[in-house]
Amino acid sequence: MFQGRGAPPGGSAEAALPGPRNPLSVISGFLDKTLAMSEFEVRKIRHDPTEIIMRAVQPVIWLLVFGEVFTHIRAIPTGDVPYIDFLTPGVLAQSTLFIAIFSGIALIWERDLGIVHKFLVSPTSRGALALGKALSGGVRGLPQAVLIFILAVILKVQIDWNPLNLLGVLAVVLIGATAFSSISMIVAFLVKTRERFMGIGQVLTMPLFFASSAIYPISVMPRWLQVIAHINPLTYQVDALRRLMLVHGESTYNLGLDFGVLIFATVVLVIISARLYPNIAR
Amino acid sequence: MTAPIIETNALTRSFGELVAVNAMTISVQPGETFGLLGPNGAGKTTAIKMLITLLPPTSGDASVAGYSILSRAGDVRRMIGYVPQMLSTEGALTGYENLLIFARLYDIPRGERKTRIHNALKFMGLEEESDRLVRTYSGGMVRRLEIAQSILHRPPVLFLDEPTVGLDPLARKAVWEHIEQLRNDYGTTILMTTHLMEEADSMCDRVAIMHRGKVAVTGKPDDLKASIGREGATLEDVFIYHTGSELESGGSYRDVSRTRRTARRLG
Repeated sequence: MFQGRGAPPGGSAEAALPGPRNPLSVISGFLDKTLAMSEFEVRKIRHDPTEIIMRAVQPVIWLLVFGEVFTHIRAIPTGDVPYIDFLTPGVLAQSTLFIAIFSGIALIWERDLGIVHKFLVSPTSRGALALGKALSGGVRGLPQAVLIFILAVILKVQIDWNPLNLLGVLAVVLIGATAFSSISMIVAFLVKTRERFMGIGQVLTMPLFFASSAIYPISVMPRWLQVIAHINPLTYQVDALRRLMLVHGESTYNLGLDFGVLIFATVVLVIISARLYPNIAR
Repeated sequence: MTAPIIETNALTRSFGELVAVNAMTISVQPGETFGLLGPNGAGKTTAIKMLITLLPPTSGDASVAGYSILSRAGDVRRMIGYVPQMLSTEGALTGYENLLIFARLYDIPRGERKTRIHNALKFMGLEEESDRLVRTYSGGMVRRLEIAQSILHRPPVLFLDEPTVGLDPLARKAVWEHIEQLRNDYGTTILMTTHLMEEADSMCDRVAIMHRGKVAVTGKPDDLKASIGREGATLEDVFIYHTGSELESGGSYRDVSRTRRTARRLG
């Protein structure tokens, strides 16, 4: 195999190394590159946190305005749990959903710049590119989680501070946002333009949100909506969050099923988005 | 003659009715700077996209650094560097950070990353700017940063798609000098596309003149100019001689809007 007379600057003379071959190094390479893709996003936020601050507005309104009013009028039957307690995990799920579902537009932007092309030309598996990007949608949701916990304390929501539960919340937020970011990326790969993407993003968010148990129990829904709610991953995310966040939190389905559905949905969606990823550069 | 480092065999790509690259057969020797010369829409970028494994060919095959782009795409990717036509760095990150992500994607060992990034930045004359956000760079600096990024993993083959499009003459000259230094110091094989005659003439050992997806003629710029039997001929004359049309013509809406977008980003 040919190599140049020397090698471009950087150190010793060996040129582009062959890639890792044994299974363990393949897996660690995959994880490292996934995290590299996410770190790329985190560094951007660190330089300019304006977006994170602006995003804080929406959950504040939901909890302080919508939550307070509906707690007061007791319009929504939530059993022994005060409505504001019921709503808090729902707002967390909703605000991370809204961040995730629009994260795919960054891919269209990066395609226009040629950054996506460079990612695809690097020796990085499409799976790591897709998962890393989707995971960064989840990372963007974490400041929201912190904010919502602070609001919850102010609103005297009975939060379960058990560290294991908090870790569980972290996991659910990350997994859920990864799934919804993947949906967003799949849309970006298919529509390829900003304008069409924004249209579809709007169309997706509201049905996902309202056809879930985020702001009211599924039992109050009409039958047809209940069916949709049961195939909506957001329902399971909210269910898990309710169980993990609240002192008297109860899970309708049990945590195992919640995690099972969320992980299964994430894996399937990441595989689809990894398959579609190269299309955007063509 | 040594084995070619890039070789294409009837490489073809169609988009529906349009044959963007039509049975392209070229070979590039190790250490050569080879230019694909032609107007916008001639098929240069499509050809590069196939060689760097971004776009599968409709038919034909090619090998880069000994690997088939069809069956060994992963190995091809390890052996090449690529600078796209668009300005493709992240403005919200520093120069150093832009290189860091690629150091990780190219499996450069953790302990070596810092040194390699600094060396690459130094080589491209950007050492002082490494901690500045890229959105504050000039167009020429962004281009040099991209070249630094593309050589981090020391690829034997470098693909440059219109490396100086949209740059002012001074910045263009600086980019040319750095590319030349790369070739002279490290023997990197360079395949570049350009629609600028001057660039092809001064930078390339050999050029393939492309027109409507086909290679019209291949050769050394001086030989090509001499071959049309006219005193003081330029590559433009060679182009007209072989294709019967002007070099500046052509280009789809998409090509033009992309070039303008790049130019706009350059301010």
